[in-house]
Amino acid sequence: MPVITYRDAVSTALREALDEDERIFLMGEDIGPYGGAFAVTKGFWEQYGSRRIKDSPLAESVIVGAGVGAAMAGLRPVVELMTINFSLLAMDQIVNHAAKIRYMSGGQFTIPLIIRTVTGAGASVGATHSQSFEGWYASVPGLTVVTPSTPKDVLGLFRTCRDLNDPVLFVEHILLYSTRGETPAPANFRIPIGQAEVRRTGKDITLCGYSRMALVAEQAAAILADEGIAADVIDLRCLRPLDMETVVNSVKKTHRAVMVEETTRLGGFAGELVSQIQEAAFDYLDAPIARVAGEEVPIPYSFPLEQLAIPDARRVAAAARKILNRPA
Amino acid sequence: MLKSGDVPELNKTDLLDFYRQMKLIREFERESERQYTRGNIKGFLHVYNGEEAIAVGSINTLRPDDYVVTHYRDHGQALARGITSSEVMAELMGKATGCSQGKGGSMHLFSSELNFMGGYAIVGGQLTIAAGIGMAIQYRGADQVVLCFFGDGAVNEGEFHEAMNLAAIWKLPVIFFCEHNLYGMGASSKETLVMWDSLHKMADAYGMANYEVDGNDVLAVRGLMRKVNAEVRSGKGPAFIVARTYRLRGHSVADPANYRPETEVEYWTTQDPIPRFQDWLTDEGIATVEDFEEIDAAVNDEVVLAAEFAESSPWPEPAALYHGVYADRPAEGIPT
Repeated sequence: MPVITYRDAVSTALREALDEDERIFLMGEDIGPYGGAFAVTKGFWEQYGSRRIKDSPLAESVIVGAGVGAAMAGLRPVVELMTINFSLLAMDQIVNHAAKIRYMSGGQFTIPLIIRTVTGAGASVGATHSQSFEGWYASVPGLTVVTPSTPKDVLGLFRTCRDLNDPVLFVEHILLYSTRGETPAPANFRIPIGQAEVRRTGKDITLCGYSRMALVAEQAAAILADEGIAADVIDLRCLRPLDMETVVNSVKKTHRAVMVEETTRLGGFAGELVSQIQEAAFDYLDAPIARVAGEEVPIPYSFPLEQLAIPDARRVAAAARKILNRPA
Repeated sequence: MLKSGDVPELNKTDLLDFYRQMKLIREFERESERQYTRGNIKGFLHVYNGEEAIAVGSINTLRPDDYVVTHYRDHGQALARGITSSEVMAELMGKATGCSQGKGGSMHLFSSELNFMGGYAIVGGQLTIAAGIGMAIQYRGADQVVLCFFGDGAVNEGEFHEAMNLAAIWKLPVIFFCEHNLYGMGASSKETLVMWDSLHKMADAYGMANYEVDGNDVLAVRGLMRKVNAEVRSGKGPAFIVARTYRLRGHSVADPANYRPETEVEYWTTQDPIPRFQDWLTDEGIATVEDFEEIDAAVNDEVVLAAEFAESSPWPEPAALYHGVYADRPAEGIPT
């Protein structure tokens, strides 16, 4: 299997989309001659021209709103919000319009729109540029929220999302673009939405995360393995639709679980996971479900402080030991 | 006003049909207020009384394959575009036979068949959507236009600027049509909108063709729209039309509109577009009292039938609660 970067996976998925479907065009800030803020669309403008690669003004609401309109009129836009922090400026379009037009129109209009955006902390870009709002969007019926953590998942999930007829928030992680991973060669390789992946199996505890925190959970599992603790590691991959079956089956096996996420604990998505696990598997639990989440602070700029604000493998392992009653 | 000789392309039948359409909207709104009082219509009800000449004068100049996008005060545009009064009234009552299957309500009327792309209730939100529809037309190399309605209140939203600028730089085939009725809910535009008295000039900042028109004169609206329509269709880029008009009722049926000076209401009552057009038709010797009576009776019958249809229509089935959230999969949480 070829090894490529997460960035290459996004670029490849976008090129395929442009090559295979004339109804698809890209629109976003600096995706043209500049090549994209994260160099994902480098060379696209030169290759496909300004009709298909639309370099937009700095105007998030019209980036998404125009995507909605073009989708209603039969195209399949892929728009880019440079980061999920800027999605706040387009939230009316995402939540009030993209997610609701199909339902409010009695099913007369479909919105085949992909909104690509970038989440996450850890890049030393300060409080306003380091947030993780994907959990908020997962609370909106009508949206599909996808959070790939590997190049394989980017390719497999984007190919699936491309054919959906509903609005998708495709959430990439700022720290993952240069990570590498194997990707299956067949061009028809796809991953269905709403299907979590068990990335590692073990009988003692379930570690569950999404986006970069799935990788952090995996690192924690490696630490725990050295101590003789075998963990199931689950990458949710999608927040809506949400594959609770995989999570619950794992917890029924391990009887203990740690939920890992980058955003704050209060009002975070992990609370939803905990709630659904106890509804479905209360009798299987041998300990309270633990959460490792971001600290209840705006993300600070200073590097050592920022590291304290975000979950890491060491803290995930500590939370696991605690509910396993193992000494540190 | 124009003379009948100024509109040689319109015969008596055409002109009386404009009267009929305006009268239908007025009577429809009278009935909708009645049904609201009876408790058959819930929530908000924003009636269009006084602005009928805008919907009728503009939408009638469009082709069937053009697009209409509008705001939450959308009954008039929906009727002018050809959604039946029965389907609109049923939607207002939340019935399964409504034009949005009872899922949208008064503020969210849709018809994909008529390219009626919806009423939008978050002020300004529809302007960016209209720009996107314009992009789709341009992308395909087609020659349709998008007619996008909004009020003077929406001009204060950031989305106005985002949509106007994008449409202008990309020369999108969008007609931005402002129904300038002097109020954003209860706030006078004189207090909230610095350019309130020369609003069309705001489009100068976008290098966009702009026009002001008497929004209570159906033939003036129609005449301007025909010209603008042709220009926008020919690829010259978007245009901004400001029609000066007045809401003869409050913001919604729940609003007695006590904040408006009596003299202002009195003046605008004399400008009511329907009697004005009636007087014109009479003065020009085109229509007689009998013509009006005949149309009024037919309109009245239609509205009564629409109300009966809506009232006797079924509610949506409980299972419809979950229908239409997604195109590709069932909604989450359907009881098993």
